[in-house]
Amino acid sequence: MTVIRVGMADLNVAGVEESLRTTGLGSCVGIALYDPHTKVSGLAHIMLPTSTNANESNRAKYANTAVPLLIELMEKKGANKRRLTAKLAGGAQMFTFAGQSDLMRIGPRNVEAVKEALQLYTIPVVAEDTGGNCGRTIELFSADGSLVIRTAKQGVSTL
Amino acid sequence: MSEEIRNLGEFQLSVLREVGNIGAGHAATALSQLLGSEIQMNVPRVSVVGFEEISEIVGGSEKFVIGIFLRVEGEIPGSIFFLLQVESAKRLVADLIGTMGAAEPDEFSEMEISALQEIGNILAGSYLSSLADFTKKEMSPTPPAIAVDMAGAILSIGLVQLGADYALLVDTEFVQGERNIEGHFFMLPDPGSVSILFKSLGVDVQ
Repeated sequence: MTVIRVGMADLNVAGVEESLRTTGLGSCVGIALYDPHTKVSGLAHIMLPTSTNANESNRAKYANTAVPLLIELMEKKGANKRRLTAKLAGGAQMFTFAGQSDLMRIGPRNVEAVKEALQLYTIPVVAEDTGGNCGRTIELFSADGSLVIRTAKQGVSTL
Repeated sequence: MSEEIRNLGEFQLSVLREVGNIGAGHAATALSQLLGSEIQMNVPRVSVVGFEEISEIVGGSEKFVIGIFLRVEGEIPGSIFFLLQVESAKRLVADLIGTMGAAEPDEFSEMEISALQEIGNILAGSYLSSLADFTKKEMSPTPPAIAVDMAGAILSIGLVQLGADYALLVDTEFVQGERNIEGHFFMLPDPGSVSILFKSLGVDVQ
């Protein structure tokens, strides 16, 4: 089985014999999409909620631009967007400050923006491990759509 | 704005290296005084790096580290991180407050956390005051925040602030030889800060 690495502000798609992996999600959110019929999967590692720049050069960086791009690439690989389901991980608040600035709330805002973007395409969120204050590394397996989540302090879980 | 950073030449980077060197020198002296033992530092590496490369410096984005994070406010805003291996942080804190009130090997007690915050305060404060002397610009650090987790997860909070895909990174390694303490001090100026910084130093950006 081949593991495809997805970087920060990056996305990729995979077929049945492959998995997609992204490391060190903090306030960033991992968006795992899956078509159970064709076993095509897609994973995005977004950093920020919304881009207002129509000519955004890195569409994988923002929730509102990454979701349509990921769907587009999955359709090219044979997925049907009406069958897609989503699993989410990340959106943590890594630091707590006395005065809560907007920067510190970036995790929850990312999660909200991802859900709004998915709703536009009526893609249901079937499972999520979001919020909290721990970093996460995730791997999406195309064979069955399972999402394995590793944390530094709370071990491993599967969505 | 990211283009501006990517187009920096060797001369501009060497100016930043020198400024970083002086700042880090002050920070190392302050830390040595606090601990009562000598802290060495290397000449800073100044580079324009992609997101992924920053966490590679400390051993990869999954590396379990302790991160002290401060925002720099004022005329040259940016982010400061001081990243330490967990064992290094433990030894550093033991030098400062002894082992009383120490938590389990992988955890930090309130005492230890506040000692680390103080270390962050002193490092960032002395670094920034030397930078302020140099540039005649005003800047001050926010109170430090601390997280013990994956390096990538910790650093991402500084990267989201950049709004660019590349960061200008000034990285200094601190080493206390005999006790094997090693830490990385990162300064990440916000994109708009880079040209202000150069202008204040009388360096042409083009």
